[in-house]
Amino acid sequence: MAQAAAHDHHHDHTEHETSLKMLGFWIFLITDCILFGTLFATFVVLRTHTDGGPTGKELFEVPIFVAETFILLTSSFTSGLAVLAMNKGNRNALIGWLVITALLGLAFVGLEVNEFATLAHDGATISRSAFLSAFFTLVGTHGLHVSIGLLWMTGLIFQLLRRGITGVTKRKIMIISLYWHFLDAVWIFLFTVVYLMGVM
Amino acid sequence: MSKQKLLRRSGFFIMAALAMVLLSGCEQYIVLDPKGPVAEVEYRMIVISTILCAIVVIPVLAIFAYVVYRFRDKPGNNAPYAPHWDDNKVLEIIWWGVPIVIIGILGYFTARDTFALANPPKTEEPPMVIQATSMDWKWVFHYPGQDIATVNEVHMPVGKRVEFQVTADNAPMNSFWVPQLAGQTYTMPGMAMKLGIQANHAGEYFGSGANFTGAGFAHMQFKVIAEDQAKFDQWAANVKHTAPAMTRADYDKLVTTKGLADKKEYSSYPKGIFEERVMENGGDNHTGHFEHKEATKGEKSQESTNK
Amino acid sequence: MLENIKTFASTFFVTGDPMIYGADVSIVLVSLAALFVLTYFKKWGYVWREWITTVDHKKIGTMYFTAALLMLFRGGVDALLMRVQLAAPDMKLLHSEHYNEIFTTHGTIMILFMAMPFMFALFNWVVPLQIGARDVAFPFLNSVSFWLFFFGAMLFNLSFVIGGSPDAGWLSYPPLSENAFSHGPGQNFYIWGVQISGIGSLATGINFLVTILKMRAPGMKLMKMPMFTWSVLAACIIIIFAFPVLTISLALLFMDRFFGAHFFTIDGGGNPMMYVNLIWMWGHPEVYIVVLPAFGILSEVVSTFSKKSIFGYKSMVFAMMVISVVSYFTWVHHFFTMGAGADVNTFFAISTMAIAIPTGVKVFNWLFTMFRGRIEVSQPMLWVMGFIPCFVVGGATGVMLAVAPADYQYHNSYFLVAHFHQTLIGGVVFPYLAGLYYWWPKIFGFKLNDRLGKWAFWLWNIGFYVCFMPQYALGFMGMTRRLYTYGWDMGWAPLNMVSTVGAFLMGVGFLFQGWQIIHGILYAERSNATDSWGTGRSLEWSIPSPPPVYNFAVVPQVKGFDDWYLTKEEMKKPGYKAEKPQLESIHMPKNSGIPFVMGACWFLAGFGLTMETAFSWMIVPGVIGLIGVGLCMFARSFSYDTDYYIPVDEVKRTEASLGRVV
Repeated sequence: MAQAAAHDHHHDHTEHETSLKMLGFWIFLITDCILFGTLFATFVVLRTHTDGGPTGKELFEVPIFVAETFILLTSSFTSGLAVLAMNKGNRNALIGWLVITALLGLAFVGLEVNEFATLAHDGATISRSAFLSAFFTLVGTHGLHVSIGLLWMTGLIFQLLRRGITGVTKRKIMIISLYWHFLDAVWIFLFTVVYLMGVM
Repeated sequence: MSKQKLLRRSGFFIMAALAMVLLSGCEQYIVLDPKGPVAEVEYRMIVISTILCAIVVIPVLAIFAYVVYRFRDKPGNNAPYAPHWDDNKVLEIIWWGVPIVIIGILGYFTARDTFALANPPKTEEPPMVIQATSMDWKWVFHYPGQDIATVNEVHMPVGKRVEFQVTADNAPMNSFWVPQLAGQTYTMPGMAMKLGIQANHAGEYFGSGANFTGAGFAHMQFKVIAEDQAKFDQWAANVKHTAPAMTRADYDKLVTTKGLADKKEYSSYPKGIFEERVMENGGDNHTGHFEHKEATKGEKSQESTNK
Repeated sequence: MLENIKTFASTFFVTGDPMIYGADVSIVLVSLAALFVLTYFKKWGYVWREWITTVDHKKIGTMYFTAALLMLFRGGVDALLMRVQLAAPDMKLLHSEHYNEIFTTHGTIMILFMAMPFMFALFNWVVPLQIGARDVAFPFLNSVSFWLFFFGAMLFNLSFVIGGSPDAGWLSYPPLSENAFSHGPGQNFYIWGVQISGIGSLATGINFLVTILKMRAPGMKLMKMPMFTWSVLAACIIIIFAFPVLTISLALLFMDRFFGAHFFTIDGGGNPMMYVNLIWMWGHPEVYIVVLPAFGILSEVVSTFSKKSIFGYKSMVFAMMVISVVSYFTWVHHFFTMGAGADVNTFFAISTMAIAIPTGVKVFNWLFTMFRGRIEVSQPMLWVMGFIPCFVVGGATGVMLAVAPADYQYHNSYFLVAHFHQTLIGGVVFPYLAGLYYWWPKIFGFKLNDRLGKWAFWLWNIGFYVCFMPQYALGFMGMTRRLYTYGWDMGWAPLNMVSTVGAFLMGVGFLFQGWQIIHGILYAERSNATDSWGTGRSLEWSIPSPPPVYNFAVVPQVKGFDDWYLTKEEMKKPGYKAEKPQLESIHMPKNSGIPFVMGACWFLAGFGLTMETAFSWMIVPGVIGLIGVGLCMFARSFSYDTDYYIPVDEVKRTEASLGRVV
């Protein structure tokens, strides 16, 4: 009896903690929004400051950034499918969708690293002009967020393998999927402000 | 008790001593002793804002002193005590309302004079131009009309509006400040900011770099010598005839040598060096309301950037 | 070989100044003494278990406060050195580079490593107790925040003896702070010290916002919260919107210095003005971050010692929220002289003056809280009474500075220096000290000595006016800030001498406070009475002092604003009978060593990336540090055993030992 009460107590506690952590994470996302907002503002101020160096129009390759966009949007979709699988209690499907999401994320990061390397190889480095400094920093910060998300997601996949779907792992998956969608939203702005406006 | 009295008394003596020091030598308060129209506008704003602030500050301090005295917790104090009295709409409206009115008045004067300083009255002849460059750690002045240059001292005619174009060359941002003639404006690499100055009285005025720029910053002071047009012309002609010419190498040496420099006069300087350096320091990147592109071309711009 | 070591050491360590050698020796001696004491008395385990790994908000608060006190000492010594150098013309105590380092570290330390941790100490000590919570929303994160702050501060202070201090001013304007003008590691120390502790502050902002929104005791509606909690809420909202901007500003400056990027450089298309805008978009709200909690403290203290409820609660809350929003739209007033158009300057001038309106309203509300009250001049109240005249005058000079055309004359002058010291000392330090004296008996179970406190108060207050009033006058004489020397011809000498005397008076006041604390620890009478002042009004005064680890044995049911006052009124009624508390086992977070290790990893990362300028191999510890931070996060994510229950029996025992009915 006493044990059952303690158990109940514990259950309440997990729920309470979930509500705290979800709110906390939303507020964290607000701060991250401001962080990106500041970087966007910087980029917009500096995008014409090419100092005689290459411009976005000369540098950006449409197929590459369109492919990046497509891959990231798809990964956002698959992470949504992962959450659906989790809500149905299907652990294997959940892990499967997470693995697919992570692989897509990895492909995205790979493409971006390759893009950066090509640019640097052609002499368009971060120290070439203010425009390129702002470009590499803004896009790179997003890429860094995605990379951290990948490591985090990998960690969660292992936790799911060990513990299955519990109140705690469920919360963790909810939070990372929120994070993943957020990065997707940031990318849409990036795609528009940096790449589309750059090639136009 | 007696200790408190002692403290209070010593406080009084310190204040009295302070007042004596403060009141001695009024001519030293150069900000409060304007000698030209721009500084006069600024001085007037200082006076207006001080008065408006005093209208609030003095009653507040009086109320504070009264309340603390009247309602102190002391046996036998028969002042009213109302522990639950915590709301009064009329009072609240008064103290939201009064500050709003005062800030409104101050805001009106501020807006008026900010715009007035930014758009000086148009004169028929274009103002005389002096270009001032802050370097580490010295001031270089070019006089395009006279084709002469000086270091760490500037001459200007009295009773005439002089447009100072200021920038920094190969040095961090500084600020050009001649308190008795006009408030300051930043000197920034890659920009030519404008500061209209007029001296109504002949004299020597204190000027300084006001924005920190590193090791030699404390020594970046200069003298502004305002004199009659005739005297000024005579001085300029004299410099033209007796001083050496500033070569490109001389200029580069001033720019690249980090250190102080002595007062110096030059009978000429490389033509357009000021505009050239503004552009080289990134002048082409700054567009928009700073309008220095016009400035660098030496045109008269519609919107003077500061005052 | 020996030569190599010698060259290395002379670059690595700061050399050539006897004062710094003296500091080196004293740092080594103090560290050795601390190590010896801990080892000799076998206290290592105690320090690790009870302090380093703690997640208890009260203990974290105490650690914040201790750090703040140390930093106040360091920043104060900086200030006195500057004042001695300026006491008379042509003084030779400090040469220009050294003076520049000192004013830079003085400003940075006082704002970021003194005011901020002092504020966080009060957040941690008081907020959970005021809202009837057992801890903050994220106790582990709270500990992370503290250790990030601590290691950030240590990294910044390390620059004093290793690598060299930053010397480009407390906000490090580029291009002065760029490689071209500040090549050494000093500027990197600034970037990483502030960056690391800034991330901690951001986390604290999130933590307390969630705590206040989600952890309030049942019945405590938002409009029934104590004023201090309201002020923390407002400050946290500003933190959340302002600190990311700081993170980016510093990161971009670092990109410039480390990767040769061109955000703020003169060449390559960089734009130094952008940094000035960004840093003040954080910097101005930052001022309100530290001042709003001060307003909260004042409201609590005034109400408690006037024995009267706070006047105009709603308008106090409204005023605070208005300030927190408007504080975002005033940043340009820090550089009216940068040549934005008249329209921009006018907008920011008026928005700045507008902040004076809600601030003025608060002053009136405090005055009318005292009006028809019974003012008991206790130590906390004394500081409030020092605050009011000081802040009213400081605020008025702030309005004067906001007048753009007049600001062209005040800007960068000693008038400005006097103004912001008046608002920061009079408006922040005095109220924080009021809060310290007010809540001290709650946290430690004893009061600080009255006589010593009065000496400290009068020395601080008289010293303040003697120090800073002459500086307003010096501004009118054309003296600009950050001058390390001046000549006899300027006529600035007498006032500077007076100002220096005032600074030393404040220094002596600080010593009295140190004495007061030591005196209290050694001799003060202990009492775990709940309502230490007898006139407390909010929930923290309903539990024993110091509170047990779980704060509230039973989570209180809140009836209204000033809940403890209402309870006391209830208790006075005839026939009142205290209910017997229904105790349950209490859920608590477990201690963790991860935050400390993570802070240390950040320190290593920051140190490596800082010293990389001087020694390229230092990148190795830098990267190791970053990897360590990542591993700490993994370790946390994989640990599931993070909480425990305090059994009912133990709660009963604890409560009984504190003299409570169980």
